[in-house]
Amino acid sequence: MNSREITTQISKAADFLNLKKWDYGASFSNDYSVQVDKGEAKQLKASQKQILTIRVWNQFNLVGITTTSDISESGIKKALKQANIASDFGNKNESTEFSPLAKDPIKVKEVKKRNPVGIKKLLTVLREAEVKLLESHESIKSVPYNGLSESFFERVYANSEGAFRSYSKSQAALYLYARAEEKNKKPRSSGSVKLGYGADDIDIESCIKEASNKTISHLNYSSIKTDKYLICFSPESFLTIINAFSSMFNARSILDGVSLSNKNSIGEQLSTEALNIYDDGLHEKNISSSPFDGEGTPTKRLCLINRGRIENFIHSESTARIFKTTPTGHAGLGSKVSVSPDWIVVEKSDENFDLKTSLDHSTYEGEFVYIEELNAIHAGVRASQGSFSLPFDGWLYKNGKKISIESATVAGDIKYLLKNIVNIESSQEVTTSGISPHIWVDELSITGDA
Amino acid sequence: MLSSQIKSNEIVFGSCNKDLLEEIIFYGIGLGADFVEIFIENTDNSSVLAEEDFITSVSPSFGRGAGIRIFKGKKDGFVSTNDLTKHGLMRSVSQAIEMLDITNTKRELFNGLNKHRDYSLSKKKWINEVPSINEISEKLLVSTKSLKKNNKIITRKGSYSRNLQEVIIASSDGTYVSDIRLHQTVGLNVIASDAQYRSSGSRRFGSSGMPNEFRLWDHEKAANDVFESSMNMLYADYVDAGQMPVVLANKFGGVIFHEACGHLLETTQIERGTTPFENKLNEKIAHESVTAIDEGKSEGSFGSLSVDDEGMEPEKSVLIKDGILKKFISDRAGELRTGHKRTGSGRRQNYSFAAASRMRNTYIAKGEHSKEDLINSISEGLYCKSMGGGSVGATGQFNFAVEEGYLIKNGKLTSPVKGATLIGEAKEVMPKISMCGNDLELAPGFCGSISGSVNVTVGQPHIKVDSITVGGR
Repeated sequence: MNSREITTQISKAADFLNLKKWDYGASFSNDYSVQVDKGEAKQLKASQKQILTIRVWNQFNLVGITTTSDISESGIKKALKQANIASDFGNKNESTEFSPLAKDPIKVKEVKKRNPVGIKKLLTVLREAEVKLLESHESIKSVPYNGLSESFFERVYANSEGAFRSYSKSQAALYLYARAEEKNKKPRSSGSVKLGYGADDIDIESCIKEASNKTISHLNYSSIKTDKYLICFSPESFLTIINAFSSMFNARSILDGVSLSNKNSIGEQLSTEALNIYDDGLHEKNISSSPFDGEGTPTKRLCLINRGRIENFIHSESTARIFKTTPTGHAGLGSKVSVSPDWIVVEKSDENFDLKTSLDHSTYEGEFVYIEELNAIHAGVRASQGSFSLPFDGWLYKNGKKISIESATVAGDIKYLLKNIVNIESSQEVTTSGISPHIWVDELSITGDA
Repeated sequence: MLSSQIKSNEIVFGSCNKDLLEEIIFYGIGLGADFVEIFIENTDNSSVLAEEDFITSVSPSFGRGAGIRIFKGKKDGFVSTNDLTKHGLMRSVSQAIEMLDITNTKRELFNGLNKHRDYSLSKKKWINEVPSINEISEKLLVSTKSLKKNNKIITRKGSYSRNLQEVIIASSDGTYVSDIRLHQTVGLNVIASDAQYRSSGSRRFGSSGMPNEFRLWDHEKAANDVFESSMNMLYADYVDAGQMPVVLANKFGGVIFHEACGHLLETTQIERGTTPFENKLNEKIAHESVTAIDEGKSEGSFGSLSVDDEGMEPEKSVLIKDGILKKFISDRAGELRTGHKRTGSGRRQNYSFAAASRMRNTYIAKGEHSKEDLINSISEGLYCKSMGGGSVGATGQFNFAVEEGYLIKNGKLTSPVKGATLIGEAKEVMPKISMCGNDLELAPGFCGSISGSVNVTVGQPHIKVDSITVGGR
């Protein structure tokens, strides 16, 4: 069945079961991936997946939901029946409705259609990439984590009031994580990830080069003394920390009492006036963009922080209604509709006179710690409390020298971090999770074992 | 009439599918595969969330799918599909054969499937014995109400999930088994707040194969425990960073061994060349007080199995005996590629993952000391009563958040501290576990790795680590 046929099938089954109000979200995908080990194919994988999530509203306007991978006629009927049963337990205190924007026009990025290159081509490309990476430096002994994949999928949203949205796209990903070993030293590892709309679009050479350079740059390492340091966050690491604390802008989290913000936080000064943050799922550089969210609301660019102040929250249909605003296109379909950001864009605002512009990661000669990548986010972030303690990969710059930090954590409080931003560099970099310049923060605690 | 005599063109759960499965396997072997494995599952899951004094989410789900794995030499191709018809399964076999670029080569023998080993016979009634959504909702609401002990508790949540998985596993070595797995978990968590102070507390409980377990769950005790933990931590100061001795509590304290050492004993790590223990079999890798076990047999434990996802009964594997490395955790691919015998540890999240060597119930065996012996032996250090999550990097470095910690001074527990992270490397920390308590207890958890998220148990008695880096502020 294609997505139109599924909609018709659901409509017929709902009529048969006397269910007047329903909506559904579905995704259908074909994925192909390869991994290699020293020139040999390790695991070759293909999968065909289909997931259907149906919501129904009962006579008391309470919502029930069911998710299934069985999109046969009988599977659809069973899902509707189960959702109807689940609606008896629907949330009486917070009603859910269709998004008022579910029929609004959507902006679909024009992307040339890609076709699968096939497993054999993926394998050949990955084998060559592995060889080049191994040959790039004598200390690189293996590439233990590697993979090349391509995925072709369709997302659909439809409801009983005639909304219907469908969107097809493709995405490919290459990751290479190298391991370097030298005598009497600990092994060091680092890597790179690149995305593209298709396997042919991925910049393989830059992935190899980045993985090699990053790994080699950590070969000469030293432990760091526990102390407070001036920190320069790479674009990737700053985006990691903003995403980890995105509950500050999340209306669902605010209603659930797990956010540092509250309903009245719009306008609160969080940071230097030089900081702007947007959520921009449709940004041209966002390979993973989707033109609508789980409730069918169009995706759009939304300012979260304007000149250091909270400007907007991200919303689903129900949170928007409670906050007396409109949905923002950040909902995930579920029994309890989730809300999450799409793609964060960090910028320097026009109000940037108080920044210490001499702090530039490529020219600054004073002592600082450069945080390249933050790890173990799920374990080290307490979003509801605002605190973090995270291991990282990075370097200590001191006396004109750069030395990799052996093993250390950076700890602090997100509000303290935002308040203590001392420079936002001018040039932005595109990462897999958004766009940001390098960000400098004063006086954060680093724990090392020196 | 025996159901095996019915010729079906689709997998039918609850029936014998031997003819169809043999046909698919013959097809794969005929095309030149060395080995063909079919894993088929049918799932029926539900979850319930209570927030404050209301049920805010009920999420049922069901599904079915197959994962087909073909080996040629040491290479393998894996295809997953939702199409359980003969045509769909054969198409998946063809796709895997094509991926592996198998052309006309020597044909392996396939003598048909062995006698069906049906582990599901006594388990078919489980679906009718598990608590209803009504019953679950009522108990969760009572539980969240129990958390409302003072006005500093600002959020209260209770969650329940139940996964019922019916599996059929057949492969060209004759393996033909069926099983039903039931996993239930229930968790409570709170956030406490007073002026600028905030803390949280959480506990999770879980069982396998025990439909009545949720009814027996002592929600009052759990609620008291979570409440007490959040109150103890509400006004806690941040810990000072540094090197110090620590005592790790039993139960979920075992997560460190699981993450930092257990994963390095999986054959997938040998295949990747990422374990420092690869050539250390029968060598000392830990303090002589450490004996560590991975097994899938403890009745009701969250990581227990009747049969693994490759059709092998789980064994009890003594990984480390008195500090000496004795065994690796291995699956079929691990045996093929590293030579370590299978241990009944081939596991996967669902049909869309190929099985890999994964831990089950993993724990450090009990020693002879009391908890007080361990604490009394430290003049200045940290007691980690409750651990949060953690991770292990590609070079074996680990870090774990301490959810509830207390300073130890002159052999006594003193003030609570927050923000602590334990940082180290398995091969450096294992020799420093110098004392093991006599109070081994297990705790359920979810482990995410190469073959998805699987249910596991971690555990240990109280243990003392002589020195470890504690991250703080």
